[in-house]
Amino acid sequence: MALPKYKADATQERLSHVSRPVGGFSEVARRDALSRVENLGLPTRRDEYWKYTRPESLVEVEVPPAALFVSDEAPVFSDLECLKIVFVDGVFDADASDDLDLEGIEIHRLADAPDVLWARDIYGVLETRGQTPVARPLASLNTACATDGVLIRVTQTPRKPISLIYRHVSEISDAMLHHCIKVEPQASVTILETGTASARLNVCMEVEVAANAQCNHVRMQGRDHERRTVSHIFARLCEASTFKTFTLTANGALTRNEVVVELTGDNGVAHVAGACLGDGAFHHDDTVFITHDAENCESRQVFKKVLRNGAVGVFQGKILVKAGAQKTDGYQISQSLLLDDDSQFLAKPELEIYADDVICSHGSTSGAIDETALFYLRARGIDRGTATDLMTIAFVAEAVAEVEDVALQDEITDLVDNWLMRRREP
Amino acid sequence: MLEIKNLHVELEEEGKQILKGVDLTVDAGKVHAIMGPNGSGKSTLSYVLSGRDGYKVTQGSASLLGEDLLEMEPEERAAAGMFLAFQYPVEIPGVGNMTFLRTAVNSQRKARGEEEMSATDFLKSVRAKAKSLKIDADMLKRPVNVGFSGGEKKRNEILQMAMLEPKLCILDETDSGLDVDAMKLVSEGVNALRDADRGFLVITHYQRLLDHIKPDVVHIMANGRMVTSGGPELALEVEKNGYADILKETA
Ligand SMILES: Nc1ncnc2c1ncn2[C@@H]1O[C@H](COP(=O)(O)OP(=O)(O)O)[C@@H](O)[C@H]1O
Ligand SMILES: [Mg+2]
Repeated sequence: MALPKYKADATQERLSHVSRPVGGFSEVARRDALSRVENLGLPTRRDEYWKYTRPESLVEVEVPPAALFVSDEAPVFSDLECLKIVFVDGVFDADASDDLDLEGIEIHRLADAPDVLWARDIYGVLETRGQTPVARPLASLNTACATDGVLIRVTQTPRKPISLIYRHVSEISDAMLHHCIKVEPQASVTILETGTASARLNVCMEVEVAANAQCNHVRMQGRDHERRTVSHIFARLCEASTFKTFTLTANGALTRNEVVVELTGDNGVAHVAGACLGDGAFHHDDTVFITHDAENCESRQVFKKVLRNGAVGVFQGKILVKAGAQKTDGYQISQSLLLDDDSQFLAKPELEIYADDVICSHGSTSGAIDETALFYLRARGIDRGTATDLMTIAFVAEAVAEVEDVALQDEITDLVDNWLMRRREP
Repeated sequence: MLEIKNLHVELEEEGKQILKGVDLTVDAGKVHAIMGPNGSGKSTLSYVLSGRDGYKVTQGSASLLGEDLLEMEPEERAAAGMFLAFQYPVEIPGVGNMTFLRTAVNSQRKARGEEEMSATDFLKSVRAKAKSLKIDADMLKRPVNVGFSGGEKKRNEILQMAMLEPKLCILDETDSGLDVDAMKLVSEGVNALRDADRGFLVITHYQRLLDHIKPDVVHIMANGRMVTSGGPELALEVEKNGYADILKETA
């Protein structure tokens, strides 16, 4: 089917301005991805899947500038022992990074990766699978054009997490990063992702978790107010494997986080969670698609949004249970706490079930601070601001509790605390 | 200590008048009981004194230790020494009981310009007080009042009162829903706080609580005002004959 002209034009316009790497192991995958982009067309506001979030600023050639964010706080997770991999404006920084050398792990920089078979089986492959039933053309654009990223293969559980650290020094940087992660049977890994990569970021992560393996992903999206981000995580889970991802987002003009999970082996577990804190010009969109295609798998989606001063939160979450995916346990909750009347939460939870022996539940709520509880706290001497903060932290806590590691949980709670403190009326 | 004069209050939204000229003085060291039929305005009085939204004072005044209560925010009233043990304690999911207690204690101290309580002192104090109220470690860890039984909620109120050491304690039907043992625990908790510098306002339907917490003065409230006052014998009379006779006499 031919694309409508406005869409084809916008797509060609962008493609003609983006540089694409040449050669390397992903050459064919990139070429295929390019034709996917041309066939699908980049998103426009008329697309149903972009009903609540305007994609223009993620698509257009010109990058909306993002002022550099200055903070004297130590970067999050900086006390944690990890293998650090640093990207500045979307370019790998070898000097700032640790040696890409850790027992049990094989790491390559995407830009100069050797032709390893395992990466060929992932790069662009999981993204392609994630294009049906809903198209995600910005992910294909990423596969076609990403200039940097890492390929990580975990054969044995490493002794420390891998930390992808993003920084940006340009107000108009436009980065595309693509990471591939493969966790081999029995192994387990924690991947951290923190900071602002660029004024505009398109990041894609493809994760394959083999039988009995586990991948934990914890992400802290940078606090820059004007940054724009579209991210895609494509995860494929094999038998009895576990994938858990959590994202904390504070600030940012526009964030669209898509997570696409496919449970392909029996007894798999997928947890997708997130909390966002938005104040003012803030638009945050979580779009999740979980496919159960095996028996006895569990999936959980837990999303919490704190919104004030006109901030907007979006949640589109779907659980698809295919025929034969018996004993599926699917859970989805998305909630927003609106701290004033100007803020907005738009939610579209969906269930599509083709198996009969399943338990699936979903819920979505949106509300203000509970005035009765607020009075109770104040009647005990706790001032309005502190009482509101206590309840806000309590609201977010359910999502933060999805993070397995308690030390990471504490760091996240501190970030939430600090964000609230900065917004305290004097 | 507590001085209420000709207090008139209506519901902000409906404009319905609830308190129609309440006069009441509670002196330090004294226990006053308020009894009265349902709907006479007892809870409304306790909410207005502690600063809940939704009420409009149209006439009269209320002060605590000489300070105008009605001008203050709820948290300021608490720091000034006001405490209300709620008729229906509120559940606050996600906020741990300990965090709540500690934040409350230290917020009040800060507001009064006092030094905050250290973590160890606080723990010691909470543990001792919780023990005498038979509140176990698990209840302290759980979110405020979430999943607590009716009796546990009421004991938790008394624990907060013991930790905050207020000047004026209002207990709104703290006895309702308590079995005999819990009633004893709660009364002991209250009696332990009786002090020459502290006043109590005990709202109840039943004489039996007043067997444990001996009042100095008993007031009968009906239709938004105090209709009569007397000694402890007034509570016994209500217990025996109900309110009808008293209300008839004062009508
Ligand atoms: N928020 C409210 N909305 C509507 N009516 C109320 C409200 N609060 C109190 N009332 C009414 O005010 C009167 C007094 O209630 P209350 O103070 O609870 O009495 P008591 O505690 O003595 O039983 C009752 O008629 C009650 O229905
Ligand atoms: Mg009442």
